[in-house]
Amino acid sequence: MDAIAEEAIRDPVAPGRTRAVPPDAPVCVEFRDVEAGYDRPVVGPMSLRIHAGEIITLWGANGAGKTTLLNAVGGAARVFRGSIERSASVRISHQHQNPLPIRGIPLSGRELLALTGADPDSLPPVLAPLMRRRLSDLSGGQLQLLQVWACLLAPVDLVLLDEPTNNVDQAGVAHLVTAFQTARKGRAVLLISHDRRFVEAVSDRIVEVVRR
Amino acid sequence: MSWDAIFDPLFFTPFLTGLLFSLVLPVLGMYLRLREEWLAALSFAQLAAAGSLAAAILEAPVLAGGLIVSGAAAAVKTWISRSGNNGYALLMIAGWGASILMLSNVPAADHLGHALFDGQLYFTGKEHLASMAVFLVVAAGALRWLSRPLLLERIFPDFFRANGRSPTRYHLAFDVLIATGLALATAAIGVMASFALVFVPTMIAYQLGGSWKRSMVIAAAASVVTYVVAFEVALVYDQPFGPVMVLAMGLAAALAWAVQRLFRPRIARDRSRGLT
Repeated sequence: MDAIAEEAIRDPVAPGRTRAVPPDAPVCVEFRDVEAGYDRPVVGPMSLRIHAGEIITLWGANGAGKTTLLNAVGGAARVFRGSIERSASVRISHQHQNPLPIRGIPLSGRELLALTGADPDSLPPVLAPLMRRRLSDLSGGQLQLLQVWACLLAPVDLVLLDEPTNNVDQAGVAHLVTAFQTARKGRAVLLISHDRRFVEAVSDRIVEVVRR
Repeated sequence: MSWDAIFDPLFFTPFLTGLLFSLVLPVLGMYLRLREEWLAALSFAQLAAAGSLAAAILEAPVLAGGLIVSGAAAAVKTWISRSGNNGYALLMIAGWGASILMLSNVPAADHLGHALFDGQLYFTGKEHLASMAVFLVVAAGALRWLSRPLLLERIFPDFFRANGRSPTRYHLAFDVLIATGLALATAAIGVMASFALVFVPTMIAYQLGGSWKRSMVIAAAASVVTYVVAFEVALVYDQPFGPVMVLAMGLAAALAWAVQRLFRPRIARDRSRGLT
């Protein structure tokens, strides 16, 4: 079992790349020797500090426990050992890798964004028509894009994104990369993705999660 | 068919009472369907009927009996934290069983039992209209507060937990609102007509609506139009209101289904333009 320590992941993604977050930025969430799971621990121990304005990607093979770590921050998975420290004032939005549970619900794109408080005007003009369409009339990729947008640009301090580029075409991924630059103002992002190019385009740090 | 009868002083108060129900029940139904708890409408209506019958047998106020029993069921349901239709199905069975037992063993409850199950809107008075008007105002205010949390919890289920908040107070407020509305409706228009007003217009709106707000308008409009037609038909042909209302709702649902089948491409186009 490989433990992942803060020391091991301090370097930025690409050599020579300027770290976007100042070293004295406030800590948003801190993992301290966290072992997390559901019925039993499936990942960890892991230590990690997430600073305000920082975008961190959890990288690893299927089944390594990346989603479990995200769920542990959101309270949906159990922390068996260690702790996840966060201020009570830290607000969180969480995009799951599963499609939105919208079965038959007559909700428009604009109403979806309004639910999380994301600004509808933040969408690029090419995506604006999605605002007035019913979610169940959208393609899987369009729906995924709106779901990620609703979480990424919500007025929160920490955004948890699980495979945000699933079903999204290259143009959509390019829009997401732009949205990340907007989102980082005041928000931290903890991201899971297997799309290496996307990860390298948006991440300040990549943390490898290894199967226990 | 003359529409003058509706404006006859004898029938105008019942007409207005039913009109308010036809406005507010479908809107409540939108949120019940959102939570996949549409069976709550039938459940609370059955429990309100049982409570009303028990109150009549005990010579207590009938409306209060219905409100107390359905309100208590709402509180218990929130307390045991079970969402979905299973809990409501059990409550509905219990309400139906208790009602039938009371009707079978207490002859004095027979008249009220027929009114509750047949739906005799024409016998409602100003106290029904006043209580319904108050409920309408309360429901409008409550839904302004409840709408976003209920939608948010359904679409982003982890939002409350991730932010250390509990949705229980929203659940309790909504369940009590539904229980009160259904208890009032059952006393005025009967069990099945109340259920039909909650269930059918929302089914139509979920099929046709392009957004949540427009779907609420569609549900309320379908309900009001169907109600007015049912009231007039029942009055002119001297029929009990409840069954006529339920059948009219069935016809409205069939009509909406046919419209959707025939004009599916146009409906999709109108949705994308924000017209439905």
